[in-house]
Amino acid sequence: MRKIKQSREDKIFDMIKITILVIALILVLYPLYFIVIASVSSSQAVNTGQVWYRPIGFNLEGYRRIFDHAMIWMGYRNTILYTFLGTSINVLLTLTLAYPLSRKTFRGGRFIMIFLLITMYFNGGLIPRYLVVQKLGLYDDWKIMVLINAVNVFNVIIARTFLKSSIPDSLFEAATIDGCSHINFLWKIVMPLSKAIIAVLILYYGIAHWNEYFTALIYLNDEKLYSLQLVLRSLLIESQAQDMLESADGAQQQDIGELLKYGLIIVSSLPVLILYPLLQKYFVQGVMIGSVKG
Amino acid sequence: MTSETHALSQGKKGKTWKSFKIVLRRDYQLYLLVIPSIIYFLVFHYAPMYGIQIAFKDFSPTLGITGSPWAGLKHFERFFSSHQFWRLIKNTLGVSLYQLIAGFPIPIMLALLINQVKQKHFKKLVQTVTYIPHFISIVVLVGMINVFLSPTSGLVNHVLELFGREPVYFLGEPNFFKSIFVWSGVWQSAGWGSIIYLAALSGVNPELYEAAKVDGASKFQTIRNIDLPSIMPTIIVLLIMNLGRIMNVGFQKAYLLQNPLNAGASEVIQTYMYKIGLIGMQFEYSTAISLFNTLINVILLVTANQLSKKFTENSLW
Repeated sequence: MRKIKQSREDKIFDMIKITILVIALILVLYPLYFIVIASVSSSQAVNTGQVWYRPIGFNLEGYRRIFDHAMIWMGYRNTILYTFLGTSINVLLTLTLAYPLSRKTFRGGRFIMIFLLITMYFNGGLIPRYLVVQKLGLYDDWKIMVLINAVNVFNVIIARTFLKSSIPDSLFEAATIDGCSHINFLWKIVMPLSKAIIAVLILYYGIAHWNEYFTALIYLNDEKLYSLQLVLRSLLIESQAQDMLESADGAQQQDIGELLKYGLIIVSSLPVLILYPLLQKYFVQGVMIGSVKG
Repeated sequence: MTSETHALSQGKKGKTWKSFKIVLRRDYQLYLLVIPSIIYFLVFHYAPMYGIQIAFKDFSPTLGITGSPWAGLKHFERFFSSHQFWRLIKNTLGVSLYQLIAGFPIPIMLALLINQVKQKHFKKLVQTVTYIPHFISIVVLVGMINVFLSPTSGLVNHVLELFGREPVYFLGEPNFFKSIFVWSGVWQSAGWGSIIYLAALSGVNPELYEAAKVDGASKFQTIRNIDLPSIMPTIIVLLIMNLGRIMNVGFQKAYLLQNPLNAGASEVIQTYMYKIGLIGMQFEYSTAISLFNTLINVILLVTANQLSKKFTENSLW
């Protein structure tokens, strides 16, 4: 086929398109880049507006103080624990729920789906939920952090759609002839064949746990249980960063207080941002699977 | 009921029970698998629904939910007649509609543009970069807003200074609250939001594009006549879902962005509910507000769904 020449209109369109996308790139990237260079600059240079495109007065003072701070380490430790345990529970429950729902022969699946979907739009609200948690004795208990969001309906739908399309019922029938039970089948055949969806679930749930703030705010009182995000809130937003600088004096204190914030943003987001490019294809996959109408 | 129909219905019942027993014997393991999750939903989602009744009670912790005396619609009336009511509605709807109008079309436009990029590397770059903010936590996002908008040391005010303008304390000005809330949200989620449309666009039959090309359609016409119609069902479904959340302005972000200076604009139903309920310990009042809020959302969701069913043949159910 003869290649049709680009019209003038199309050329203009292409130019506008590239311009818009490049502007979008800069708008997203520059704030992130600025935080990186600000975190390693001298606090005075940042606060007086000298830092624009490269660090000025390079120093790692901010990071040194962050790493000296006990609360941050505790928040880190707690969050790692919550993320690890919480995600394990999430993935296990999501798969054991999604697998039966993905089987055509499973009676009552429709009823269970409605039972799940109702919770997406209708819930008791903050206080009734709080009272239930209290009654269960889970208030101010680390277990609430891994239990309260144990299953996410949206992720169940994604997993069910995946299992439906990639594990045909006939595969189970064949396995049954060899005396395989459902639980065995799930463990020995479905799981190994579902690595892609398991990766997606680990990522979705894992990031949610890492970034979790609301649950900790409402149900945790003991500072020793605080998650990283809650520690961050007091340092970043309630401006208690100054507490970290008992030795420094007045104006200098405020200067470094601001500097610390840039470093904190990086230290707390780093694990996710490092993993992100490596795992990006799974995220996209997850949305793709989820967007297939199930 | 005659004896004949009685026997018939009994026979039917017997049959259902029998077939149910067969199903149970065959699939009992599947039922075992779903039990833990069902328990989770009963405990953490359905049990709280039982607690909604405290909105109609004078709750006393010692008497418990069931034992507390009924109070009728007292708490609702108190909310409707409180001087906070209209301000909360105005703030909540204001932020929400602003968010919908500004935030909803941008991911669509982004997806349409990204879809038009033929250079693989550039396409990948744009996608990778625009997704990043999605993974930043709310606390960090608000922390970033704080440092960038700081009146003395923030980047934005340094830019203003370059143009000879006076520094502005953005977070202290009620007028700026909505824009800060909405545009930081766009920054964080526009890229991520575009994925779902890109997924829908990837399903468009390539022959359509070929045909359009042969007919001499410009790229802009291709977007209007092929791309947009093919993602229309996705757009409508997402729009309905958004309408069902219109009274839910993200609590976490609003709460974190709030300070005494901007409270006039930043107090939304969700933050008020939290303060009244958990900080003020007025459980019944907070639950009544929450129930009112949920009802409005459900009504909007159902209405939007019905309208869409009628006019576009797209619907959630």
